[in-house]
Amino acid sequence: MADVRLTDVAKAYGEIKVLAGINLHIREGELVVFVGPSGCGKSTLLRMIAGLERISAGTLEIDGRVVNDVPPAQRGIAMVFQSYALYPHMSVRDNMAFALKIAGKSRAEIDRAVEDAARKLQLSPYLDRLPKALSGGQRQRVAIGRAIVRDPKVYLFDEPLSNLDAALRVATRIEIAQLKESMPGTTMVYVTHDQVEAMTLASRIVVLAGGGISQVGTPLELYERPENEFVAQFIGSPAMNLLAGRIEETGAETVVRLDSGGVARAAVPTRAADRGMAVNVGVRPEDLAPTGAAEALYEGRVDILEALGEVTVLHFERRGEAPAVLAKLPGIHAGLRRQVVRLGALPAKVQVFAGGRSLHHRDAVAAG
Amino acid sequence: MEQLFWAAFTMVAGVFGCVLYFWASNFLLDAAWPPRGPRAGANITRANAIRPWLFLFPALAVLVIYLVYPVFNSMWLSLHDSTGRRFVGAANWGWLVEDAKFRESMRNNLLWLVVVPAAATLFGLAAAALTDRLRWGNLAKSLIFMPMAISFIGAAVIWKFIYDYRAEGQEQIGLLNAIVVASGGAPAAWITVPFWNNFFLMAILVWIQTGFAMVILSAALRGIPEETIEAAILDGAGPWQVFWKIKVPQIWGTIAVVWTTVTILVLKVFDIVLAMTNGQWGSQVLANLMFDWMFRGFDYGRASSVAMVIMLLVTPIMVWNIRNARAEMR
Repeated sequence: MADVRLTDVAKAYGEIKVLAGINLHIREGELVVFVGPSGCGKSTLLRMIAGLERISAGTLEIDGRVVNDVPPAQRGIAMVFQSYALYPHMSVRDNMAFALKIAGKSRAEIDRAVEDAARKLQLSPYLDRLPKALSGGQRQRVAIGRAIVRDPKVYLFDEPLSNLDAALRVATRIEIAQLKESMPGTTMVYVTHDQVEAMTLASRIVVLAGGGISQVGTPLELYERPENEFVAQFIGSPAMNLLAGRIEETGAETVVRLDSGGVARAAVPTRAADRGMAVNVGVRPEDLAPTGAAEALYEGRVDILEALGEVTVLHFERRGEAPAVLAKLPGIHAGLRRQVVRLGALPAKVQVFAGGRSLHHRDAVAAG
Repeated sequence: MEQLFWAAFTMVAGVFGCVLYFWASNFLLDAAWPPRGPRAGANITRANAIRPWLFLFPALAVLVIYLVYPVFNSMWLSLHDSTGRRFVGAANWGWLVEDAKFRESMRNNLLWLVVVPAAATLFGLAAAALTDRLRWGNLAKSLIFMPMAISFIGAAVIWKFIYDYRAEGQEQIGLLNAIVVASGGAPAAWITVPFWNNFFLMAILVWIQTGFAMVILSAALRGIPEETIEAAILDGAGPWQVFWKIKVPQIWGTIAVVWTTVTILVLKVFDIVLAMTNGQWGSQVLANLMFDWMFRGFDYGRASSVAMVIMLLVTPIMVWNIRNARAEMR
C-alpha cells in the first residue's frame, strides 16, 4: 500500500536515450496503465520500477523512500510477466512459496499465505501440479498468485494478457479488475499495448511516446480531451480523423474552414489573434453523423463499407495525400455503399490542434 | 608417395562407389517398378516402401558386420580357451572372479566412474556459469574446450611431461615436480604411487572432458528463459540461490546426459592408462586388461570375457542415456 513517485527519470543504453524526463506520481490505490506504441519504452519503465533495469538519471521513490539503488526484492514490489515466468521444475505450491522460503518465513506462515492466494484465484485443486500441466489462464493466475503471497506494496504487470487467446484475455482481464476491487489499497502499474485493457482497467492511463510521457489522465479524459494529436489518434478505434483547415471565426466557439471544403464548429475557445491560424480539426469516427443541414463538416463518397451489425464503418474516398476519413455509424446502413454522404458533428465533440497540441490545453499549459 | 596415391585412390573410390551404389540401386528399383504405365500408382507406392531400405542398407550392413557380429563372437569366444577353439564353459568367468588384476581393474574402474564424470560435469558447469557473463568468456571457453581436440594419447604425452620425475638434485622438467621442489618439497614419481596414481591419470580425462561438459551445459544454461531468473531475483533469491534453485533444476536433464556420456567414456578408458602406466603400479583398468590379454597374452577367451564385462557395465547406462537424450529433445 504505497505510492510511487518518479522524478526526472531517464534511461539510456550508452548513447541511445530510451526515456527522458519522466515525471509521474502514482498514488496509493491507483491502477495506472502504461500504454504506447511498441518500442516507446513502457516495459523499460516498468522494469526500472521493478529494479531489473538501472535508472540512468532521476529518482524513483516507493512509499517515500528513494529506491534507485535498492535491490528488487527489497523494494516491496511484485511483478507478473508476460510469459508468466513460472519456475517449470516447481509445483504451483512451490512456485508461490519460493519468495517466502527465500525470505525465511515459517512453514505455517507460508502454507497459510499460499492457500489464501490459491483460494482467491481458484487454484486450490492445482497446488501440486507442475506449471506444464496447467492451461494458459491457470498459469497466469499462478503468476498472479506468486505476486499476491508476497503481499507487495506495488504490483507490476508486464503485458500479462498478451499470451492468452482472445476469450481468455477478456475473462482474465475481468479477474484482474475483480482482484483490484478486492484489494482497494493496493497500487498497481500495468503495461499493455491493448487499449481496451487500458480503458477498462485503469484509474489513470499514461501514454508514452517518443521517449517521454505524452499525456496522463483518466481513460475518459484521454478520450474526450486529448492533449495532442498523438494521444488523440492512439486512444480510440478506429483512430480520430484529423482534417486540416484554417480558423475563420474565434470566440467561445471556433469555426474552422477545412481544406476538404467543409466547415467545423468546435466548442473550443479561441482568441481574436488566432484567426487565420492553420490547425487540424480532430473528430472521432463515432462522433460523425449524417446531416441534412446546409453546412456540413465533411462530404464524400463512401469507398468501403464495413458492416459489423452493431455499427457500420464508412471509409470515404481519399483526397490527395490526406488519410481516408472514417465514420462509425450505429446500426446497419448497407445502402450507403458508393453513395455521397454529408456528415456533421456536435461542437462539443470536435477538437482543434495547432502544431500538434490541443487548443483546449493551450491555456492550461501557459498558466501552469 | 605410393601410400599417398593409395590413400587418395581409396577416398575417391569410396565416394564414387557410394554415389554409384545409390544411383544404380535406385535406377534398378525404378526399372523394376516403373513410375509410369497403367500400374504407375501401385508401382510408386511399392518402390517408395523399398527405397528407404536402399539407403539404410550400407549402414546396417556395416553395423552388423562390425558391431553386432563381434558382440556375439565375443560371447562365443569368452566360453572358449585361449585359442578360441576348445569349449571351456564358464572357466574364463571363474578365472575372472579369482584374478587379482581383474579385481584391481574393477576397483579402479569404479573409482574412475565415481570421480571423473562428477568432476568433469561439476567443472564444466562451473566453467559454463562463470564464463557466460564475462566479456572474455568466449576466449576462456575456447581455452577450456581445446583439450577436446587432442587425442587421448596426445593428452597422455602432454601430462607425462607434467608428471615427469627426475632424481632429486637434478633439474625437474615436470611441471608438478618443479612446483613441488620450488615450494621446498621432495620430487616424486607421481604415476608410480599406488592408489593415488589413479587420480593423477583421472585428472587427464577430467581435463579433456570438462570442455565437453562446459559446451553442452553452457548451451543449456542459455536456453533457460530469462524471465524465470528475473522472477527469482524479484523473489529475493541471491546469485547462489538463482543458480542452484532455478538454473540447475531447469537443466537437470542435460546434466544427466553429460554425466552419463562421460560415464560411458570412462568405462571404456584405455589410451590414457596404456600410455601413462600400462596398468602398472596398481592402475590397471578393464579396457587395458582386455588389451593386455588379447595382444600380449594372446588369450582370446580371457580377453573376450573382460570385453563382455565392459559391455555389461556400459549397456544399461547407454540405454538410460539415450532415453534421457530423447526426452531432452522433446
